[in-house]
Amino acid sequence: MTTPKIKLKDVHKGFGDKVVLDGVDLEVAPGESLVIIGGSGSGKSVTLKCILGLLTPDSGQIEVDGEPIVGIGRAERERINSKFGMLFQGAALFDSLPVWENVAFGLIQGERMDRAQAKEIALEKLAAVGLEADVGELWPAELSGGMQKRVGLARAIATEPEIIFFDEPTTGLDPIMGDIINDLIVKCVRELGATALSITHDMASARKISDHIAMLYKGKIIWIGKTEEIDSSGEPHVDQFIHGRAEGPIQMELRRL
Amino acid sequence: MNPFQPVGKAVLGFLEATGKLALFTFMAVSHCVRPPFYYRLLLRQMIDIGYYSLPVVGMTTLFAGMALGLQTYAGFSRFSAEDAIAKVVALGITRELGPVLAGLMVAGRIGAAMAAELGTMRVTEQIDALDTLSTNPFKYLIAPRIIAGLTMLPLLVFVGDIIGIFGGYIVSVYKLGFNPGVYISQTFKVLEFIDVFSGLVKAGVFGFIVTLMGCYNGYNSQGGAQGVGAATTNAVVSASILILIFNYVITELFLTA
Ligand SMILES: Nc1ncnc2c1ncn2[C@@H]1O[C@H](COP(=O)(O)OP(=O)(O)OP(=O)(O)O)[C@@H](O)[C@H]1O
Ligand SMILES: [Mg+2]
Repeated sequence: MTTPKIKLKDVHKGFGDKVVLDGVDLEVAPGESLVIIGGSGSGKSVTLKCILGLLTPDSGQIEVDGEPIVGIGRAERERINSKFGMLFQGAALFDSLPVWENVAFGLIQGERMDRAQAKEIALEKLAAVGLEADVGELWPAELSGGMQKRVGLARAIATEPEIIFFDEPTTGLDPIMGDIINDLIVKCVRELGATALSITHDMASARKISDHIAMLYKGKIIWIGKTEEIDSSGEPHVDQFIHGRAEGPIQMELRRL
Repeated sequence: MNPFQPVGKAVLGFLEATGKLALFTFMAVSHCVRPPFYYRLLLRQMIDIGYYSLPVVGMTTLFAGMALGLQTYAGFSRFSAEDAIAKVVALGITRELGPVLAGLMVAGRIGAAMAAELGTMRVTEQIDALDTLSTNPFKYLIAPRIIAGLTMLPLLVFVGDIIGIFGGYIVSVYKLGFNPGVYISQTFKVLEFIDVFSGLVKAGVFGFIVTLMGCYNGYNSQGGAQGVGAATTNAVVSASILILIFNYVITELFLTA
């Protein structure tokens, strides 16, 4: 058996009294595209942040290429992070830098490439996500939400990472733009041969970009399987989620009006 | 309920905050002295702090010098005032008013801007994004700001000293009709190296305080626009208080030394 690209073993994470992750076990094989689904606030972004080292799990272990990464030092972390590319939920573009420099950031700062060469690559990546060269000279604040997401995508793939994370790539976009982003993700992952771990609650997007789906509920992975099998999961929580029904085993904590 | 509980909580909270600040200061300083350095960013911060603060600092020290001149005249008899004005203005400005006023003005101008900028970067996940792009935020964001504060404030204060003394000259010569030659010769006669030097040491310390508090509050801000607002206020208020405290401490050190 090959070593999984990413492996989470019994990961726990809470904030104060609130338990968010309560023993998450997850494996992502090399070249696989896994999507995590789950309700708002179920801890999907927290899971990603634990892998990225932005949050430290309270207990449990996370492995990348078989190497344990919880509690490693700064230098080690930078080496591991150089394998990663991340598209943030809110794009998180640096608003003090023009668009092309955002895309080239990992190349200039991380890989110490010279600026002219990095700019060339940045413009290529922008073209790959359907943005023209003159967009490169704009500032992030001058872009629409969909354009920001695309720039974020270009930035995530600019260093040709082995593992790419997408946090809700299609949220807040119109359906057409959402589908364009889905296509881009599929294309990028395939062209780079990368492993992808994405988060979404948009089922159409999940079906399109994944080959496996995992569902996070109450701090645990309650179901994981092939994308084709999600309609016959036999798991009522999954069924309720993918059909978006208000009635079912998942009860939102709401009071009646 | 135990009546001492709130007291204990406040003490613990204070200790925790102090520890956090101490750790942050240590991290910031250790990144200021170790490569790699981001010269481009350092230059930008130096221009922002040193050059663009000149008008504000120049105006405040000019009018402080003028007011000090008038007060001295009011406090001394007609004959001794001619000598006294130059002396009081020179010593008052270089030792106390120059560094304190410049420090407070820069706290309002630079400390607030830094807290707001870093705070916004924090809440929009730009700081997290830096981390995932294998760039250390302490190196990229904080070290250049602190080094710039530490080096530019003494420079600003030196210029401010000259302008402040010139303010006294204006009052002495144009308003009170005293001999310009006397003012200048008295200034050089009374001023010693240590007067100017102690003021510049203060300026360096204040520059460190202002940028450190700006970075600390911004970097640790949380909770959206309101959090950024609170961080900005805290940065200015804490820097101003610390400036006045450290001003006293350094004055005491130089006077007893
Ligand atoms: N830094 C933090 N401090 C305190 N609580 C946090 C923090 N980050 C996340 N949480 C809490 O953890 C829970 C899970 O958050 P998370 O952002 O992972 O949700 P999510 O599954 O990504 O939801 P969404 O789909 O809405 O983005 C939330 O209830 C949130 O309040
Ligand atoms: Mg999220």
